[in-house]
Formats: sequence, C-alpha cells, structure tokens
Amino acid sequence: MTSLIKVWELPGGIHPPEHKDQSLQLPLGRVPLPPVLVIPLNQHMGTPAQPVVQVGERVLAGQLIGAADGTFSANTHASTSGTVIAIEERAIPHPSGMNSESVVIEPDGKDEWIELTPCEDYRSLDRLTLLDKIRAAGVAGLGGAGFPTAVKLAPKSTQVIDTLILNGAECEPYITADDMLMQVRAAELVAGTLLLSHILHHPKNLLIGIEDNKPKAIAAVKAAVAGAAVTDPEAANIQVVVFPTKYPSGGAKQLTQILTGREIPSGHHSADIGVICVNVGTAVAAWRAVRFGEPLVSRVTTMVGDALATQRNVDVLLGTPISYLLTQHGFNANNASRVVMGGPMMGFTLLDLAAPVIKTTNCILAPSKQELPEPTPAQACIRCGICAEVCPASLLPQQLFWYAQAEDFDRLESHNLFDCIECGACSYVCPSTIPLVQYYRAAKGSIRLHEIEKEKSDRSRQRFEFRQERIAKEEAEKEAKRVARQKAAEEAKKKLAEKAAETAAAPVSSADPISAAAVKVSATQATPDEQKAKLERLVAAAKNTLEFQQKPLVPNKTNPVISEEQLVKQQVRIKQAELKLAEAEQKLADFITGLGTTPAAAASAAAAPIAAEPAVDMNDPVAAAIARAQAKLTMSPEDKARANLESLRGRLAKAEEKVAAAKADGSANLDALQQGAEKLQQKIAEALAELSALGIEDKPAPVAAPATEPAAPEPVSAEQSAAQAAIEKAKAKAAALANMSDDEKRAEQIQSLQTRLTKARERLAKAEAENDANIEAFRAGVTKLEEKLQELA
Amino acid sequence: MIEFVFQNPILSALLALGGLSAAFGAVLGFAAVKFKVEGDPIVDQIDALLPQTQCGQCGHPGCRPYAQAIAGGEDINKCPPGGQATINALADLLDVEAPSLDAEHGEHLDVKRVAFIREDECIGCTKCIQACPMDAILGAAKQMHTVIADECTGCDLCVEPCPVDCIDMIPVETDLKTWKWDLPATNQNPVFHVVANEVNLIASDLGRGHAFGDQHDGNKAA
Repeated sequence: MTSLIKVWELPGGIHPPEHKDQSLQLPLGRVPLPPVLVIPLNQHMGTPAQPVVQVGERVLAGQLIGAADGTFSANTHASTSGTVIAIEERAIPHPSGMNSESVVIEPDGKDEWIELTPCEDYRSLDRLTLLDKIRAAGVAGLGGAGFPTAVKLAPKSTQVIDTLILNGAECEPYITADDMLMQVRAAELVAGTLLLSHILHHPKNLLIGIEDNKPKAIAAVKAAVAGAAVTDPEAANIQVVVFPTKYPSGGAKQLTQILTGREIPSGHHSADIGVICVNVGTAVAAWRAVRFGEPLVSRVTTMVGDALATQRNVDVLLGTPISYLLTQHGFNANNASRVVMGGPMMGFTLLDLAAPVIKTTNCILAPSKQELPEPTPAQACIRCGICAEVCPASLLPQQLFWYAQAEDFDRLESHNLFDCIECGACSYVCPSTIPLVQYYRAAKGSIRLHEIEKEKSDRSRQRFEFRQERIAKEEAEKEAKRVARQKAAEEAKKKLAEKAAETAAAPVSSADPISAAAVKVSATQATPDEQKAKLERLVAAAKNTLEFQQKPLVPNKTNPVISEEQLVKQQVRIKQAELKLAEAEQKLADFITGLGTTPAAAASAAAAPIAAEPAVDMNDPVAAAIARAQAKLTMSPEDKARANLESLRGRLAKAEEKVAAAKADGSANLDALQQGAEKLQQKIAEALAELSALGIEDKPAPVAAPATEPAAPEPVSAEQSAAQAAIEKAKAKAAALANMSDDEKRAEQIQSLQTRLTKARERLAKAEAENDANIEAFRAGVTKLEEKLQELA
Repeated sequence: MIEFVFQNPILSALLALGGLSAAFGAVLGFAAVKFKVEGDPIVDQIDALLPQTQCGQCGHPGCRPYAQAIAGGEDINKCPPGGQATINALADLLDVEAPSLDAEHGEHLDVKRVAFIREDECIGCTKCIQACPMDAILGAAKQMHTVIADECTGCDLCVEPCPVDCIDMIPVETDLKTWKWDLPATNQNPVFHVVANEVNLIASDLGRGHAFGDQHDGNKAA
C-alpha cells in the first residue's frame, strides 16, 4: 500500500510556484442551474458527435443528444432536463476562439433524469459490455486531452498491458480539481481503478501516482484502498505511489517514466510498452458510468485566480457558460488580466467567455493584473541552454526555436518536434522571455497543414494524371473509330468499283467466252428450222401489214371526211410495208440458200464470227488465241506447209546459235549440235520442196516472212492484240535472220556496230562537253567499238 | 610470379593497373545496368514541390509539364499558386538563386479559394466540367452542376468558360481542423484584456507578476 516501487527521476522539469492552496480552502461546491446550457458536440479529441435531438424537443438529464460519429468519437448528453432551444454554432473553449456546433438547452429546473441502468456486479459482465457502457456514457479523458476512454481501454491484441497508472499527479500550478476529487471521491477512485483493472485483464501493477504536495488526497486514497482491500483482495495490489513534486510530472509520458522507468519511444503510445495511464477523474467517471449507468454530465473544475472573490473547486454541469461560473464566483473583470482555461503553464486564454465548461475544462484561471501581467517583450536568444536543461522530453528547444522561426519543417521533424508536449517549461525558464511554445505550436500546425496539403496535392496529381489518361484513351478510341470508319468507307468504295468492273467484264470473267457465245448463238438462232420458221413468220407478218395498208380508205363514223394528208400518209405506210416485206423475203431466201448448200458449214460460219466478235472486240487474248486456233483449223495445206517451214526455220536459227556458242566455248557437244543443225536444214529443204510442189515459191528475203504470216490467219490478224503482234514480229525477225546468209549477217552486224559507234561517239562528245567523270570509260568504249568494226570489215 | 614482378617492374605495374581498371569498369558497368534509374528523378522532385493546382498559369498544361520545363532550364518563378514558398523550395532543390514571382503569370493569393457554382443559375452546359483539370465538377448536360470542394484546387479554369457567370471563387475558411497557432509576432505589443484577440500566449512566460514572481527565485534554486 505504501510506495513499494522505485520512483524514477524525470529529466528536466521545473518548480514553479504552486498556488494550490487558495482553491483548497473551501469544500467542493456546486453552482445553481445556469439559465442556459451550451453543450458543444465536440468536447473530445476526434470526430464531433452528431446531434440526435430536434430543436424544441424536451430532454432529460443524461439523455443522449449527440451520438458518437465513429469509434474515435464520444457521445454527448444533456446535463439537465430542459428544452432544446437551438442547435447552432456557439463559442467553444478553444484557443482559436472559433465557434462549433452546439446543442443549446434551456433548463426547466426540475433536473429530471432519464432512467439509469445500474450494475451491482460489473465482474459478472463481459468486458466488451463494460466498454460499451463506458462508451455510451461518453467518458473522455478529463485530464485535458479528452481522449475517448473506451478507445484507450481497448488496446490492440499485440499490446500486453502489465501496468495501469492512475494519474493523480496534477502538476500544473493553481489546478486542484483532481486533488479535490481524490479527497472527496477516493472510494469511487479505488472502485474505478479495480474496474479498469478488470477491463484490462488485471495488469500486474496497479499504480495511483500522486505528487507529494497533496497530503490530504494521499491520505484519503490510501484509506480508501485499505478499506476496499477488506472486501476485495485485488485492492491490496493497488499501490499509491507518492513522488516529489516537479513540473511536468503529470504528463502521461512523464508519469510513466517516473513510475516505471520506461520511456515511451518517439511516435508510440504508452500501450506499446505495456502501460495505460488514466486520469483519476476519468476513472471515477468510468466507474459511475458502469456502476450507476450515469453518463458524464458534470466534472470538477477549479475556479481560481485573484480576480475571483471565491476561489474553490466546483462540481459543475457540462455546458455551463464560463461567464456564468465567473459571475457566481465574484469575478472582477476590471482587475482581471485575462481568463485562462487550464493552468498557467499549458492553458490558453479564452477569447469568448460565453464558451461553456466542457469535458476537458479542469480549471478556469482568472488572474489579476498583478498576478499575470502582460509578458515582457521577447529578447534575442542568448543561447544560455537552460531550456534544454529543463525539457522533460530531452529535446533541444533552442534548435527547435531557430528552425521554427525559419520554418524549416524537415529539420524540425528530424529534431523530434512532435515529441514536444508543450509543457512550457522552456518558456518559463527563458531569460529572454521568448514564447518558445508558441513557436512550436505554430510549427506543428504548419507541418500538419503541410501534410494535409501534400496529401491533397498528391491526390490532385493522381486525379489530373488519371484524367489525362482518360482523355488520351478517349482520343485514341475516337481515332481508332475514325480510322475504322475510313477503312470501311474505302472498302465499300473498292467493292463498288469491283462490282462495276465485274459487271463490265462479266463476259470475260465468265470463264469460257466460247461456251457463252455458243449459248448466245443457240439462244438467238436456235436450230436452222426454227430460224426458218421465224423468218417465214416475219414475211407473213410483213405481207399482212402491206395488205392492210393497201386497203382503200373508207370513210367511217369517227372520220367522215378523207383528207389529202391522210392519203399521203397511207402511201408512205404502204411503201414502208413493201420495203419490210422485201427485206424479210430476202432474209428468208438467204437463209434457205445457206441451209440448202452446206448446212453444217453455214452453221459454223454463222457461229464463228459471232463467237469471235464479242471476245475480239474486247481485245481479249484468250479470244484471240481461240480465233487463231479456229483459223488454223480452217488453214489450207499450203498454209500448213508454210507454218511448218516457219517453225523449222526458227528451230534452225536456235540450233545455229547453239552451235556458235558451243564453238566459242569449245564444247564437247559441238558435233552433236552441228548434226542437229544439218538435220534441220534438210527438213527445211524438204518443206520448201513441198511448198514449191503446192505451187508457191517461198521468198528467202526478210520481207517474205511477215508477208506470208498475215496471210495465214486472215480474218483475225487485223484485230490481233499488240502483244501478239510483237511476238509475231520477233518470230519474223528470227525467221529472217535464219534465212540470212553469212555476208548478210556480217553486213547487219557492221551496220549495228556502226550505229553503236556513232552513238558512243555522240555520248563521248557530250561527256567531254560536260567534263563528265566517265570520259575515260566512254573513250575506251569507243575505241573498242572501232576495233571490232575494223575486225569485221 | 614474384620474380617476374621484380624483373619487369613497369610491365607488372601496368598489368596491375590495367587489371584493376578492367575489374572496376566491369563492376561499374554492371551497376549501371543493374541499378539503372528509370525516368527522370529531378522532374519527379520538382513536380513534388509544385502545388498541383494544374491551373496552367505558368503557360504549361499542368504541373508536370512545367516540372519538365524547369528541368529543361525554364525559370522557376512562374507559379503563382505556389508563391514564394514554392520558388524558394525549387531554388533550394536546384541550387539556384531564388527569384521573386514573375508578375506576368499572376499574383499569389494567400487565401486558398475553391470554386462554387450558384446552382440556381447553372444552366447545365457542362463547359466547366470539361475545363476542370481535376474532374472536381459533377453534373450532366441540362442538369445542375456542383463542385466537389475537397477536390477543387482553386485553379480558376472553370470560371471563364461559364456562359452565365454562375461560378464564384470562394475563399476557404479555416475551421477547427485547419486552424493553427500563429507564429508570435516578433515585435509584439500585446494588450491583455479579458477578451484578448491578438495575443494568446500560454501563461508560463517568466517573471510576470506574482503568479510566478513571488517564490520564483527560491523555486529555481530548489
């Protein structure tokens, strides 16, 4: 029960005047119901609660008016019964002096409570149920930060809690709220400690830490612990640890260090090292929430300062306007330098006294002008280093000050600015009265804003890039569609063109023009008999018409008078009919004669021109070939002999060429080739003999071949294609060459050489004129040609 | 081996140096391939410093293109939304003198602003939606549009296309979440009243009245 554990030394720290006596002279007081209660929905750390009542609604004390918004939030309750007269932005106790959404209640003075659900034995309840009760009661840290207690009491499964610390240090000057609470509610505090211990699975160490400047509280708590130990053996485990007064030993991290010697690593919570630290007031509130089902609607607050006539601790309803409280305590506005919420070290000046008491309001300090006059202006830093000595977090306040002034956020962070608890010890000792904590607070805010902005700018970048991507994608899709459309259009065009070409070239492409033509012929002409019948019908019809026209004109009903004009017309018609008849008769006669003499030949004759006609018209080589083939069929023996001669001559020319090549190469096949050539010559001779027997003389001259050639396929040659003509020409030339004698050949060669020479000379002259680089090559060519010519000559 | 070294000191020295250079060359070559830096890190660094409003006041279609241009040697003082702070940060990064903001591209506004559409007047033309580089405007043709304030960067680009001028740029108000303490004024002349508006120092400043002064010396000694 007495302090059995070692108390550790806190690094740094200061000993400011305590000023705790004046508020402890009077017992814990109460204030009458204020005319209006302003209950902000954001009295805790985290998300503001959401209002669940309507304006005009009657609420009872303890009724939920603001529901927690998420886990990291806390419920808010009506402090007394009354009517909700407004839900609006009202001044809240915040250093910014800003307003926040609040529920304004006009008390009816009856203080009627909602039905509470007490719990005799919390040990029979599930731990989660207990946490729910605490959460439902809206219990948040009453020490000053307002951290939702239910969240704090539910550590992660990885965090093994071996120590529960009840924080009764209350190190800040002037404040005695926890001191008073421990004095008057020690039993509840012990019960609360046991409750929290139960929720936290009975940690090994249960410590109630109290500074040695609170002897009454220490005595009360020790007595309560002893009393509880009689009925509950676990209470015997509770150690009331008394340690020397030093500011700021009441900070959670500092108290943990003092009582356990364990330092909370930077950026971690105390639960990470197995410690949970709860304010004594919070423990009492949690106990009341579980035991009586009573939500947190009031708290103990110290009213202190020389500007007040009465200085004491009061149990005050949350939402009571501070101005009302001040009036109740004889506030002398003329003598007051300012009104501070919290203590002189960490508190902040209230900018609007209409702000209400909230869960974190542990003290209202109304100092006189002598007590807290305006601070002397800051002087330059003299680098004395005292600030570093007193810093409980072992930081370098001087360095932080420089960097904060320069807004060098990176360096601030690397110097662990965020480990600063803003206790104000450095400002307190600064001989140059530099408001150091102000700088740190500003720098912290800037860094936080910076981070928010950076996050936002990252998101903006992402959104922008995504948009760019999306637009590019859309463009690409559009482009692809456009290309596809263009392609489709082109294809359609092409198809259309193809179709047109197809219809135009239909007869050609329909494979077999002969069969097509034959079909046509058979369609139009059918059999000779049918043709004859048709012609005869034609003649008969013509005769009929003539007879009809030759009838004398008789006046009838419609046309009683016969004019001269009509007579002339009739004459003309008769003449036309006569002509038609003559034509038809002629046709019939022609047909009958054709049919009579050589019916087969006539048919073929009739078919041939028709078959050849459409094909040749279109310059079709197939049709031309067919025509030639047909011509060949009808060739006379004379023509045949001539063609034979031609081909023989062609072969001879080739053979002779080969012989010449063989001679030049000195080939082994020379003899065989020469024999072949001789054989061919013999054959030619035979063919010539045959031809002469037929009575026609073959002319050996080059002109002879082309002359004979066109004579052969007579009807077709005129319409032969150009290609055919070229082939014929080449053939003719070959034949002519074959017929040439050696002399003639040589003459020919000389001639060609001469033309080449003249051309080469011309080129040379031109090259000389233009000073071409290839002059030498030209000259060599010319001399070569000249040499060749001389050889031949 | 040792004999060879003694007999041909110059040759062996050359061989040793050549061998060393070959070995280090191989290591460096391998490192150059293995640890090749993708992209242009300096552009990313510059881009990270720019405010990402994508307003185009610098004459580039967005912050990244400007970052690329800066990496290519363009002036760093063309970003009005970033203001002098951005210019200083860029100058620090690029190790150049920090110029002042080029007024040609606009003025730096201390207060952040977001676009707000007066919804009664909106005719639903979607022109602002197309102009918004952030996709921060919601709406459809012939339907009222509205701005997602959290995503708006205050770039102004939607104001001009609006045919009915129903878009306002509204300064963003500080709320409890964005509020921060101000840096103390260097030459403060604080006046403390019951309601002090300007100075909100914590009360711990030394030597101020008997709250601290009375027992101060004795306490300090202890």
